[in-house]
Amino acid sequence: MREITYAEAFAEALREILRADKRVCVIGGYFFGLSPRRALISQLRKQFPARFFDPPIAEAGYCGLAVGAAMAGLRPIVDIGTGSFFFQAFPQVLNEAANTYYMTGGQTKVPAVFHMLHGIRGGGAAQHSHSPQAMLWNTPGLEIMLPASPRDVKGLLKTAVLSDNPTVFVDHAKLFEVRGEVPDGDYAIPFGQAEVKRSGKDVTVVATSLMVVRALEAAEELAKKGIEVEVVDPRTLVPLDKKTILASVAKTGRLVVVDECHRSCGVASELVAIVAEEGFDALKAPVKRVTTLDVPVPFSRPMEAYIEPSREKIITAVLEVVK
Amino acid sequence: MLPKLPREKLLDLYKTMLVMRRFEEALIKLTKSGISVGHFHVYIGQECTGGPALSLLGPHDAVFTTHRNHGHLLARGADPGRLMAEILGKATGYNKGKGGTLHTTVRELGFLTTSGIVGGVIPLATGAAFAAKQRKTDGASMCLFGDGALEEGVFHESLNLAALWSLPVIYLCENNSLGALGQKAGEYSSSTIAARSLLDLATPYGIPAVSVDGTDAGAVHQAVQKALARARKGQSPTFIEAKTFRWPGSRPIWPELLTGETDLKLAWDLKAIPKKYSDWYKKKDGLLRFTRELLKSGRATPEQILEADRAARTQIERAVRFAQESPEPKPEAALEDVFA
Repeated sequence: MREITYAEAFAEALREILRADKRVCVIGGYFFGLSPRRALISQLRKQFPARFFDPPIAEAGYCGLAVGAAMAGLRPIVDIGTGSFFFQAFPQVLNEAANTYYMTGGQTKVPAVFHMLHGIRGGGAAQHSHSPQAMLWNTPGLEIMLPASPRDVKGLLKTAVLSDNPTVFVDHAKLFEVRGEVPDGDYAIPFGQAEVKRSGKDVTVVATSLMVVRALEAAEELAKKGIEVEVVDPRTLVPLDKKTILASVAKTGRLVVVDECHRSCGVASELVAIVAEEGFDALKAPVKRVTTLDVPVPFSRPMEAYIEPSREKIITAVLEVVK
Repeated sequence: MLPKLPREKLLDLYKTMLVMRRFEEALIKLTKSGISVGHFHVYIGQECTGGPALSLLGPHDAVFTTHRNHGHLLARGADPGRLMAEILGKATGYNKGKGGTLHTTVRELGFLTTSGIVGGVIPLATGAAFAAKQRKTDGASMCLFGDGALEEGVFHESLNLAALWSLPVIYLCENNSLGALGQKAGEYSSSTIAARSLLDLATPYGIPAVSVDGTDAGAVHQAVQKALARARKGQSPTFIEAKTFRWPGSRPIWPELLTGETDLKLAWDLKAIPKKYSDWYKKKDGLLRFTRELLKSGRATPEQILEADRAARTQIERAVRFAQESPEPKPEAALEDVFA
């Protein structure tokens, strides 16, 4: 199978989607931020000039516009930029889009996709480094996808665009250069299917987004010490594939959860709670969370590194639970 | 003045406005009888805005409204029974009891969603206009909101977008703060805005803006007709301010039938007008004004007016009965409709 980068797979998905579905329009549409990969988007803009719309700096305004457009028959893909900027759009996405189908008793669907770059990108400081996925997960009515591989980003984006529900695409700038195998042609990966990214018998590491990459790096290191780590990637938080996670914990009896949200009430907290409620009997050791510490994200690298989840912190956590 | 319409259409519009009025009066009476519907807002006194404005929309047009939505839905022809059932939280309600008074929505009449967040629908309506333009449906989007929504940031963000992208949207602001004292007096809130004229908030974006007397059905009809033509032909937005007086019964935090159930005879029997709130009956109640205009122009006789009113009352009585006799939703239905 051919091997391409995450950014290439993403752009390829967008090209196929824009070609196949006239209802899709792109609002914002930088996707790769200021990274060199933005050239891929420039090509798409040239290919589909009538489908890209550059809105004013008005996150609530243009996200709301996309929500209204989705209600009225379009399938907009909105690029917010940094996940922190998404806070500006919460009233329109969390209070309108997420509630609409329910509140109208199933009369109106909101098939829109909201893309953003979450997490610690390096030097982003407190206002450009948020991981809003836990807050979003606490808002019923939103689907949440967090791809971590080239194959997944393409397959999940295809599903997101066809979904009749508002979907938040929580992306990470540090994934753009990740390489991996991608099938030729059109394919979609259904939501709610976790993937075992690496099989192992000693400990389950559930990781999301960039942390899947970090967990796989940690597993590589730990294998040298004879510890076999199973890395499970939920790929979507809503819907969540509990079965695969619980099956893995049943197999290994040990659990570390890695996610870039702040620690309190984060994604890791919820995943650990699910295992505590539904898989407690399988556990042979206390569980561990590896997350961003509960402080705003500092600018300076030594402090940033101190608070962020990392390969080393995952290794330490795994060593503690297998002790 | 009366809208420029044939007599039959004028009488249809009048009948709709009577239904709008009698519905709200019946709702207030229901809540006084001990039925709780949560905090609610009535449309009394604004019929001459919503009635003619919404009568002009076509099947491809989208409409967005707010917490003060009952009148708008009825103006588009919603079934008062299913509307009342929704307000009472019944399974037969338009939203299956999931929306209530704040969110009543009738998709088949063009209402895509109804937001209880002040200003919440302004970007949504702008987006529906964007979709109409992209899909070349010839549809327009009408956004109804109160003067309070102008205090929200999304109003300005949306007008900027609508102007930049020339979107076929009509922002119809129903300014019902005239004569209101607001929170300082312990009343329901009113405008808190620095601009001297509400139009000044739209014109900097290059959006044509016009102010009309919201109790003058003809003026509203004309303004909306122009705005719709601009939306359909030129695909560009319009801002309309419809000025209405706050109905005395909407001044308290919870609506009260302070002027009683509307007595249409006051339209022609000026001697019968009570002293208290006499200004309301004489000048500020658009429905009485419309009634007088019908009589004066010879389009209707007092007997025909009363006959139309009897029909409206009967329709509302039936609607209330339907809503009250409707079943409650099954509790576990709470888990349905989260995702499509």
